[in-house]
Amino acid sequence: MSASVTVPPTAAAPGGPGPGGKSAKRPSSSGRRAPKGIRRSEGIAGWLFTAPMLIILGLFLVVPVLMALWVSFSDWSGRGSPFASSVNFVGLDNYDQLLAGGGLAERDFGVALRNNAWYVLLVVPIQTALSLFLAVLVNRQVLKGRGFFRTAFYFPSVTSSVAITVLWLFLFGASGAVNKVLSWFGVNGPNWFQDPSGVVHNLLAAVGITQGPAWMTENTTLGVSWWDWWAGPSVAMSAFVLMAVFTTSGTFMLLFIAALQNLGGDVQEAAMIDGANGWQRFWRVTLPQLRPTLFTVLTLGLIGTWQVFDQIYTGTQGGPGKTTVTPAYLSYTSAFESQDWGRGAAIAFVLFVIIVVLTIIQRIVLRDRPVSKRRMRAYSIASSQTANKEGRA
Amino acid sequence: MSAAVTTAPVTTGRAPNNRRPRRSGRFVASTSVLYAILVVIAIVYIFPFLIDVATSFKTDAEAASDPLSLIPQTWTTAAYERLFLNSDFPTWFANSAVVTVFVTAGRVFLASLAGYALARLDFRGRNVIFAGLVAVMSVPLVVLLIPKFLVINQLGIYDSYAGMIIPLLVDAAGVFIMKNFFESIPASVEEQARIDGAGTFRIFWSVVLPMARPALITIVILSFQGSWNELSHFIVSTQSPELTTLTKGVASLASGQLSQGTQYPLKLAAAAIMTVPVAVMFFIFQRRIMNASEGAVKE
Repeated sequence: MSASVTVPPTAAAPGGPGPGGKSAKRPSSSGRRAPKGIRRSEGIAGWLFTAPMLIILGLFLVVPVLMALWVSFSDWSGRGSPFASSVNFVGLDNYDQLLAGGGLAERDFGVALRNNAWYVLLVVPIQTALSLFLAVLVNRQVLKGRGFFRTAFYFPSVTSSVAITVLWLFLFGASGAVNKVLSWFGVNGPNWFQDPSGVVHNLLAAVGITQGPAWMTENTTLGVSWWDWWAGPSVAMSAFVLMAVFTTSGTFMLLFIAALQNLGGDVQEAAMIDGANGWQRFWRVTLPQLRPTLFTVLTLGLIGTWQVFDQIYTGTQGGPGKTTVTPAYLSYTSAFESQDWGRGAAIAFVLFVIIVVLTIIQRIVLRDRPVSKRRMRAYSIASSQTANKEGRA
Repeated sequence: MSAAVTTAPVTTGRAPNNRRPRRSGRFVASTSVLYAILVVIAIVYIFPFLIDVATSFKTDAEAASDPLSLIPQTWTTAAYERLFLNSDFPTWFANSAVVTVFVTAGRVFLASLAGYALARLDFRGRNVIFAGLVAVMSVPLVVLLIPKFLVINQLGIYDSYAGMIIPLLVDAAGVFIMKNFFESIPASVEEQARIDGAGTFRIFWSVVLPMARPALITIVILSFQGSWNELSHFIVSTQSPELTTLTKGVASLASGQLSQGTQYPLKLAAAAIMTVPVAVMFFIFQRRIMNASEGAVKE
């Protein structure tokens, strides 16, 4: 099979002319008749087999993206076709309004970005750490009831975000289950989904800082003052953060378990013989070996958390005080509710760029690096022999 | 939950320390600490679902006054009666079921068809298609919210089953999984059938596909879960009440009626029912789900 791949694929190029036109290009196979027939029918079959996929993905993925790109440069109002003659090309106006308009559009976008950035900043590290922690615990060979624990931790991942959001609204109500539990410890829980105050601001207020310094309150980025950028996630958003950790840690736990089970035991044993304790073995041996999985989990987390939509649509619709508006939700409301389709599409594309750029940055940060000089020196102090080896590796 | 996170370093650090000196006593201690942690986290993960079910059998007043108890003081099925007899809930459920069945069937068939072609058939443009598939997989779905509506609208299938089902019929990740699986099947099986004179589709359908059961089940699970839990696509592809799915309906229940009393038993009953099918699916295929990722990585 693999040998035949090297033979130039002959027949049925996409919508190409009949096989007659191409027969001149394959003198090599002309001697053998039967394979030629098979190859040709295989070529046709290949396109037939992939045609449904190509049509559907093309129609509902590629075309839409191109269409939306056009809409983001237009003033289409949602009536009629976006390609009608009444729709005008407005250049970068929609993007300009978002990023430098100075108006409500810019401010809303800034707020949405702030909300989502805090969400990402909290959810991604917590869910990664928790899922790795759960995987390490559940992966022990001697553990009884491993299946039960895995099931318990994974189950929230299979349920729909709508159902979980409904449940969360109830649990985190003013006198809901969570606040009831908190009251056992003497904590007076907040009215979670009604509380727009920022967590960082609240912490600062607890130590007496209620006003930001002038340089923070006077400078603004995207229409939001620096002081407000530092507000932290609102209490309402924090409840969503907990929900995200609750629903995704199980999935990522499975990924980590799979990776852990693929690690050879010999490296662990070698480290054990060298006298490394469990703590050292985890950080110096296991974790570096998990780097590819870690990268996957962080990437998936990053992509997922920048697209929060279902929870907001179901739960808060952006409230209280716009503190749970996310770019994805803002894009939706701009288009479908305010009928400002150009802006909605522009928000979606800015979001796209953000996700792509962050993924690339993360890739660079987490890439495999040669051992740094500082690290080398540390090794050479411990044992000059091993240091030499490591440096070459 | 946050407590669990902060205890992480402590426990992983402690357990192995205990290993060496005087194994018996401290080993038992560290093991019981491990179990205690696991049990506490498991309770945190399971308890919300128990509360969900328990509250759905409570009265509105009791749900508000006692949100934690797992045993209702007065059992009532009022929430379920209202859902099934006096609301659009049955319609929502039926719509979700219809969409899920068609999408799952379609995805299984089309993903294995395309996956087989990409893995096994030798045709011009295969590599281009595969590269395109990878590129498509990296497009964030949320970006497609508005554009999908635009296309569905242009095609004249807005607010119809066709508009709900067709765009979901192919999922790039599924094609990817099937392609990987077919590549792991030895080619000799097909060669044999080819010598016997079977056509390409025949070989695919009656020789290769039956061998792909494990991968097919993975696709069934993923598609079922994905389409049953899908929300955003139905928001942008439908508007009429007759085409509302469970996710969309329950979301409207959650958001729209917050002002008119809380009605939590009703909402939680709806949430519980919509969880049942995926839960059943999950428990049927539990073994495979738990091992799916392991197998995939090993290959």
